[in-house]
Order: sequence, then C-alpha cells, then structure tokens
Amino acid sequence: MKSQSIKKRQLLIEAGIVGAIALLFAFLLPAFMSAFRLKLLGRFLSLAIVALGIDLIWGYTGLLSLGHGIFFALGGYALAMHLTLQLPDGELPEFFSLYGVSELPWVWQPFYSFPITILAIIIVPSIVAGLLGYLVFRNRIKGVYFSIITQASLLVFYNFFNGQQKLINGTNGLKTSTQNIFGVEAGSEPAQVAFYQVTILLLILTYCLCRWLTSGRFGRLLVAIRDDEVRVRFSGYNPTWFKVVVFAISGGIAGVAGALYTVQTGIITPSIMEVAFSIEMVIWVAVGGRGTLIGAIIGTLLVGFARSLLSEKFPEVWLFFQGALFLIVVTVLPNGIVGWWREEGVNMVRSLFGLRQEVVTYPSIDEAPEVQKEREEIGS
Amino acid sequence: MEGKVLEIEDLTVNFDGFKALNNLNFSMDTGELRVIIGPNGAGKTTFLDVITGKVQPTEGRVIFKGRNLRRTPEYQIARMGIGRKFQTPRVYLNLTVRENLDLICNKKKNVFSTLFAGSVPEEKRNVLSLLETIGLEAKADLQAAFLAHGEKQRLEIGMLVAQSPDLLLVDEPVAGLTDEETENVGSLLLALAASHSIIVIEHDMEFVRQIARKVTVLHQGSVLCEGNMDEVQNDPRVIEVYLGQQEEE
Repeated sequence: MKSQSIKKRQLLIEAGIVGAIALLFAFLLPAFMSAFRLKLLGRFLSLAIVALGIDLIWGYTGLLSLGHGIFFALGGYALAMHLTLQLPDGELPEFFSLYGVSELPWVWQPFYSFPITILAIIIVPSIVAGLLGYLVFRNRIKGVYFSIITQASLLVFYNFFNGQQKLINGTNGLKTSTQNIFGVEAGSEPAQVAFYQVTILLLILTYCLCRWLTSGRFGRLLVAIRDDEVRVRFSGYNPTWFKVVVFAISGGIAGVAGALYTVQTGIITPSIMEVAFSIEMVIWVAVGGRGTLIGAIIGTLLVGFARSLLSEKFPEVWLFFQGALFLIVVTVLPNGIVGWWREEGVNMVRSLFGLRQEVVTYPSIDEAPEVQKEREEIGS
Repeated sequence: MEGKVLEIEDLTVNFDGFKALNNLNFSMDTGELRVIIGPNGAGKTTFLDVITGKVQPTEGRVIFKGRNLRRTPEYQIARMGIGRKFQTPRVYLNLTVRENLDLICNKKKNVFSTLFAGSVPEEKRNVLSLLETIGLEAKADLQAAFLAHGEKQRLEIGMLVAQSPDLLLVDEPVAGLTDEETENVGSLLLALAASHSIIVIEHDMEFVRQIARKVTVLHQGSVLCEGNMDEVQNDPRVIEVYLGQQEEE
C-alpha cells in the first residue's frame, strides 16, 4: 500500500532526525559548553524524561497528575541509596550513627546490588503509581478530583519522607556527589559527562517507548478515553485497566528521570516532593504542547534555560516570569508551542515567504477529500 | 432467533426519593423494532441507562438473552451485545473516521492485546466494508471533528454496527436533522432491523409513524400502554397525558 511506504519513510526520517540531534547533544555539546552549563543541560534533559511521562498521562489520556514528584523521588532515592551503600565492608552510612541506628534497615539491603537498584528505579514507582491509580480509577474518580488526590498523596509522601530520620536521613536527604559509582566519584567531571550521555540515551529510549505507546491502537484508545470515556465503556472497553497501566508506565518513567536528576544534582532530599515542583512539571508540558511528545521535551528545556538565565540576571523575579509564561500559554497558545506550530506556524512561515500550498486550481475544491478520492480513482 | 431478547421485571429506580422508573414491566422479542415514546420526564433515558448498566436498579431485574444484568459493568454489557447510540453523536473527534471504526472492530478489547496486537486483516476488511456502508470512504482519513453533523451521525451508527450487537438502543436519532436526513436515518434503521433487535426512543411523531410497528408509551416511570401506532394514538390515556402536558405548557 502506498500510505504504508510513506509512513515507513516518515518514520525513518524521524529516526534520523532524533539520532542526529542525540549525537549532537551527546558528543558535540560537551566540547563547547562549560561544565556548569553542561550539568544544567543534563539535569534539564532528565527532567524532560519525566515531562514525557506527564505528557503520556495528561496530554494523551487526559489525567492531570499533580503528584509525579512521588515517583520522581522514589526513583531518585533508589539510586541514592545504592550510592550511599558504596562503603567498605561492614560500615554503615554515616548518618545512621547520628540517630543511633546500628543495623542497616531491611529496606536498604537490596540496594547493595546494582541490578536490583536499576530494577527498583523503574518498578517501585510503577507499582506505587499502579496501586494509587487502581484505587482512584476503579472508583471512577476523574478530572479535578484526580488532580487533588494525586496532590494529597504527594503531601503524604513528602511528610512521611521528612519524618524518617532513622530510615533515610529525613529532611537532610542523601548526598550522592561524594559517593563512588563503579569506583569513580559521582560528582567528578568524567562521571558527570557519563551521566549526561546516559541521560540522552534514556531520553531517546523513553521517547521511543512513548512514541510506540501512542501511535498504535493503544494510543488511539488513550485519546478516546481522554475525549469520551463513557463512550469507550459502551464500546466494550474497560477504561480502568488502560488508565492503571498508563499511569504505572508514567510513574516508572518518572522514576528513571528522578534517578538521573539525583546523580546530576548531587543530592536528593524530600524537598523534591514539594507541591510546586510537581506543578512545574505540568507547566513544561503545557508550554511545549500537550499531546505532542516532542513538545514535552522542548517545553522542559525552554523553561529550564529561561529559568537559569533569568534567575542569574534577576534572581528575585523568576517566579513572576514563570507565572506569566504559564498565563501566556494558557490564554494565547492553549496547545503549547508545538501545537501552535502545527496548526498555524507552518502556514504563517509559508505566507511570510510568499508560498501558498502547492495547488494550482481552486484550493478549497482541490483539497476536498471527495475530489482527491475521485482523482485517485481516475488516476489508477 | 426465537424468544425474548430483553425482559424487564418490576423495575424501579429511586433517585433519593424520586422514582424515575416505577414498577416497570417490559419485554420484547428477538428481531423486533420497538419505539418508545413518552412526555418529558417519563423515564425514557433512565430506562436506557439501566439496560446499559450506567444506572443500577433499586429493585427489579433486567434479563438480556436469558442472563440477569444486575451488577454487570457497562463494558461487559457492551461485549454481551448491547450497543447504544447517544442523543448527540458521540464519536472520537480527534481520531480519523477509520481509527474510530478500527477501535470498535477490535475483537479483543483487553489492555495487552490492544497494546501488542495490531489490526488483523479480517478487522481491516470489516472497517473497509463499514466505511462503504456509511458512505464515508472518501473521508476515511479525515479527523472526525471535521465531519458534518449528519456524517457524524452516520459514523456513530457505523460504530454501533461494528460492535455487531444483538440489541441496539437508539436515543432520539433524528433530533436536529433535516427532513431528508431524517428519512435516511429511518431507512437505515429499518434496514438494520432486518438483522438486529432495536429499541428507538423518539419524540418526532412523523418519524415514529415511518418506522414503528409496535409502540410503548412511558409515563411517570411506568408503561402506560402498548400497541401499534393507531391503537396508541387513539388511546384516551395517551391523549390525556400528552394534551394534559400541553395545557401546562
């Protein structure tokens, strides 16, 4: 079929573009950018991963989660615990002695192993998200109530983590930058460049995963759930399980992002679960464009760099800028930057260069689907 | 195809003291086309809600093809073979016509086969023949949002047929349509009636006369009377209900 080969070619082109950008980011930028900027970029790229997860659950499925900080933190803590345990045999992490803990709590035991840690980074947040999702979706809680519940859960986790001095050092969190990973100090420059490159790799993998999830029947069903859940039910689908699965996947993605963010920041504390941070994640997606995967990434990088530049110049006003940015997006660009580009931007640029769409006769007639169909039939 | 497709016994739905349905008894044969009429607030839409599982009955039971539907979730009722057409066309506006039909033609509707299995050739053929039936081949790859009202109406009926249900529930299919479109929908329904059992809820008396064989009149949550169009129109109770309401207006 003709349309299939076109699709294949488009997919190849897309893969090529993604690959080229990735290579550019992974190898060329480290040569040019200062270590400081590169570290920032690495952090923003790991935040772009969680933005993809938010886009999956919000942009495609229509569930506005304000609690992704939970899953982000769970992933971050998992990796931080593994790093904290890189000690000579029999020694306990330092902070335990402050609180008189003499034996390693059982929760910590599995994190001696690197493979288990990697699994835990993905699976623990997925399970928590899946359970939370199941309880919420089974009772058909949706819309703003879903958002409130996720935010409330976030606060529960925040307070819980803050109160657990004896378990995870409470408010002080876990410091990773002075710990070793594979014998290299995690805060050193070579380790940071490696983290940066791993982040790019995982961002691409996440992008591919989301692309695959959203392009087939499954993705169309997510859109259907977003647009008209009742109709989905009457068509014989049970939306509950679809939502649980997609929320769990989104949670797992957030966990990966959290782990990468933690090692590039050098520390994780419960403050990562502050309400504002989880709302910011949503803002990145809104700015970039809901329901467009590339938009989530662009939005995150844009807001991230705007923030770091503005807060260097005018440290006081960043929050006002962020608020204004969000207002502008909501009122002027409801579909975000990418959404605007797809709808109007392309045509605007074309008309700037004096190009019209490539049609010789009456465009509106020529572009009518019936006419095109007939032309195809006559042509063949 | 003999026997009853749907039996409803002593059905009562109580919304905090307001009885939307009150001891309603109803049954219809397999293959029948039944029209339900009744003044506003007679309980027509609640009636459909109970059959499709959207509302749980307070008392009484609904039996579809010999099986009690109590506590069965909507999606399972839909899989058992009850399809519902809503009053306003409800199609997935952000999907193309083809994708709309493809979602319904999917035979295995659990999460994992939807995720991992693509559409099989048989389902693709189904989609193509449905596109032909509803006359939207040319617009197959157009987003449903760009369709005209009548085209959406046809698409939704196509989606219903794609479910291959045994019982079709159709809620006011001609509201807001022109006379010509009304007649088209009427003949489409009559054609479908050859192979399906259909319940139509309607206000438009002209339309009812076009398609009806047997009419049930609902009033205040119960069946007022049943019969063919002439019998119903000449029934003094029906006249009173409708005229009485007109006086109030």
